[in-house]
Amino acid sequence: MTPGPPEHGPAPTLWPLGFAVGIAVALVGLIVDPEWIASIGAGIAIVFGFLWARDATGEMRRHVPTVTAEVREATPAEIAAAQPAAGEAAMAAQQPGERFARSRFLEGATLGLGGLIGGIVTVPVAGFALLPAFLGQKGHKVDMGPLTAFPVGKWFIATFTVDPAEGEVSRRTAFVRNNGDLGTTPSFTIISNRCAHLGCPVQANGPTGAILGEKNVIEHTANGEILMRPVVPAGFGCPCHGGQYDTEGNRTAGPPVRALDRYSFEIDKGHLILLSTYSVSHVVGTGAQAKIYKYKVAGPGEHVDGPEQWFYPLQPPHH
Amino acid sequence: MATRRPQTRAQVRREQMLAAANYPLDWLEERSGLVGGVRYFLFRKVPSDTNWMQTLGSATLTAFVVQVVTGVILAMYYKPSPHDAYSSIQNITDHVTMGWLVRGMHKWGASVFIILMFLHMGRVFLFGAYKYPRELNWIVGVLLLVLGLTAGFTGYLLPWDQTAYWASVVGINLNGTAPFLGPWLAQFLRAGQEINGNTLSLFYSLHMLIIPAGIISLITLHLYLVIRLGVTSPPWSRDAAGREVAEEPSPLRAGLTRPVPHGSPGGRD
Repeated sequence: MTPGPPEHGPAPTLWPLGFAVGIAVALVGLIVDPEWIASIGAGIAIVFGFLWARDATGEMRRHVPTVTAEVREATPAEIAAAQPAAGEAAMAAQQPGERFARSRFLEGATLGLGGLIGGIVTVPVAGFALLPAFLGQKGHKVDMGPLTAFPVGKWFIATFTVDPAEGEVSRRTAFVRNNGDLGTTPSFTIISNRCAHLGCPVQANGPTGAILGEKNVIEHTANGEILMRPVVPAGFGCPCHGGQYDTEGNRTAGPPVRALDRYSFEIDKGHLILLSTYSVSHVVGTGAQAKIYKYKVAGPGEHVDGPEQWFYPLQPPHH
Repeated sequence: MATRRPQTRAQVRREQMLAAANYPLDWLEERSGLVGGVRYFLFRKVPSDTNWMQTLGSATLTAFVVQVVTGVILAMYYKPSPHDAYSSIQNITDHVTMGWLVRGMHKWGASVFIILMFLHMGRVFLFGAYKYPRELNWIVGVLLLVLGLTAGFTGYLLPWDQTAYWASVVGINLNGTAPFLGPWLAQFLRAGQEINGNTLSLFYSLHMLIIPAGIISLITLHLYLVIRLGVTSPPWSRDAAGREVAEEPSPLRAGLTRPVPHGSPGGRD
């Protein structure tokens, strides 16, 4: 054998370069001109990708010659020397590929029983590792205190513990405004402070507390202490990546993909009770007259409307 | 009667010491072959023109070993519950003897580990050491990089302070924006719909049991492949290119900057 180039080393090829150019053009096109330039880029990428794949698999598809080993007859002396006289060693040698029923059975039994035992152990453990995050998620009700604590038209930054048993880690903040009565039922705007970008705590853009000459209110309810700080917000802003929202929670600037989530609520024995949150694509109008485009609650950064919503077809179970 | 030269007392003692040191090694080798294995691992052949850059891999391994050792010690004092996590970190830093040092080594060592992984990856890329037949080792290395970054991410939550909490909120939600399975991954990482006490224990378990086990297994595979396939020569290696190893000095320079080679009078052949 003469030393040559290694068989696996494919010849240098320019196809990946064309493929990369196509991808680059498609990406630039997505920003510049999604219809034409992006399609042209995708076309280039597909053509060169096909050529590259054809080139790379050429070795596989080419005919490979079969090589037969060179053999010679054994001399009688060699046969005699190779033939043991008696015992197990004298048995005929196993032919290549020949299997005995017993060894087949033992192999199957070992693999089958091993697989069964492994499965019996693994399935419950894997279930325990993965399922608790998705099953039995409980909703919580938060008692925010009597309606009289919320004068009509005033904003409060309300901080509360969703589940007192869980403690500090379940502390949440909402921006609450009493819109006055809508017909016979009170109307509230209750905006979650979870940013619709990546979930940082959104802050009210405006003076609070001492600057307004007003005192913080602390309500004592079934959920422990509810801290309510009066505020006059011009909007809401996120400190992490600069997302900005108006007072209805509509996105006005920055990276968020939708409006701020809201809390649904009920009035029970004259108390304002917060229920679960829902997601909002946008809000038209303000206060009690606002038309809220509601969606099932989605994680921060997930689109709820537009073509991008198809990226999130299946939401994990919520309460 | 004396057939051998008399040995000095020191020589006799040295031979006795050598026999005493070799005895347990021979005992072990005869029953396990481990001594030969270690010898095979440590004293294997490498190209003559390897480079200091090729020590970055073992530097990364050393950084990982430091993380394992300091992490094991920190686990003796850290309490992964929402009520105790932060105060136990304070305790380690302020009260446990040398706790500040071990925690500092673990904290800064994490960055060192990540940086060294990237430098090692850059070296492998620029040397072309990922090419046939070492493609699989590159893939294993990429998996190690992913696991290393995941270890950093899960470890960041453990101090359970505001930085840790909000960094994890943002990190988990970033995972959540991945198409299709993102929301499911995020809910798994959160151990529920919202971050809660179980998130902390989940991250602790991932950080100190599952991810290190994965990293150690993959490092074993990584090293096995290094030993099986050998170390690559640098791209400028004349040896690997099949050219002559020793460059013949040019006739003009011979004798000026270097001694004239033997057997080539006047610097000409």
